[in-house]
Amino acid sequence: MTLTAVLVLAAGTYAFRLAGPLLRDRLRLPDRVKELMSISATVLLVALVATSSLTKGQGFAGWALPAGVLVGGLAAWRKAPFVVVVVLAAATTAGLRHLGVD
Amino acid sequence: MRSIWRTLDPQLLRDVAAVAAGAAVNGASFGAISVAAGLPWWLPVVMSLLVFAGGAQFMAVGIVAGGGSPAAAVLAGLVLNARHLPFGLAVGQVLGRGLLARLIGSHLLIDETVAFALAQRDPAKARAAYWACGAALFAAWNLAVVAGALVGQAIGDPGAFGLDAAFPAALLALTLPALKDPRTRNAVLLGSAVALATTPFLPAGVPVLLALTGLAAAVTTRQEARA
Repeated sequence: MTLTAVLVLAAGTYAFRLAGPLLRDRLRLPDRVKELMSISATVLLVALVATSSLTKGQGFAGWALPAGVLVGGLAAWRKAPFVVVVVLAAATTAGLRHLGVD
Repeated sequence: MRSIWRTLDPQLLRDVAAVAAGAAVNGASFGAISVAAGLPWWLPVVMSLLVFAGGAQFMAVGIVAGGGSPAAAVLAGLVLNARHLPFGLAVGQVLGRGLLARLIGSHLLIDETVAFALAQRDPAKARAAYWACGAALFAAWNLAVVAGALVGQAIGDPGAFGLDAAFPAALLALTLPALKDPRTRNAVLLGSAVALATTPFLPAGVPVLLALTGLAAAVTTRQEARA
């Protein structure tokens, strides 16, 4: 990794980030499209949840990781406080790994 | 800015603190891993301040540590970060109207801030949540990267603490309320299925972008509802 590579990655990432808020004002979008864009953020976030809990690299992540996320998800569904959700998920995965499940 | 702090309730601050704590441990491990991979201590620090995207940073350092070229690392990181463009289109209004707010706020556009903003119904609360989460995570992540880079190998593997489960669980908890809407739910189910099915065949980051094809389900659900 070189400083130049870091600067290029930083500039490109910032361009992606800035483009959305700036373009949003320029485009006069119908409400239907705005609604779809809001749905698209949820779609991206949940797809990130799915891939980062079930896959590692291009293969299966093992059982401990999705089990922890599932326990956290169930806790959230039962309206557990957010902190409890996060701690339960991490503790479940850590516990399973400690027991040799991975 | 004063109004932002007045809008914040203690519960939201607690939630933000929980996510920031997780980010801090991950940041420390990023600093340690980078130095272990042979980078000078200041390079992961500069990278964290300027790129501020954990996933892309871990991937870029990992590619170079594995013998890949810096160009390949940059390309992979950019593909992974391309999702910030649709994120900005979706929640760009929460940053505020001024140019400075948008210039600074854009740098804080990360998965967690988007999720926190989307989880709020009231626009003023969404704005407060976005900025509070962004500021807290920026501080926690960057301070932890410095600490990790200096302390180095003492930190160990964050996987042993199950921290890789904390990030998806936090995002899931924040997005769960939005899934009550049937169109969102159908789009999410189709999109996640597409992302998972394509993960074995495509470079990291591309499957998540392909999840946007799930929006087709939202459009067709709407038509069915009208018919």
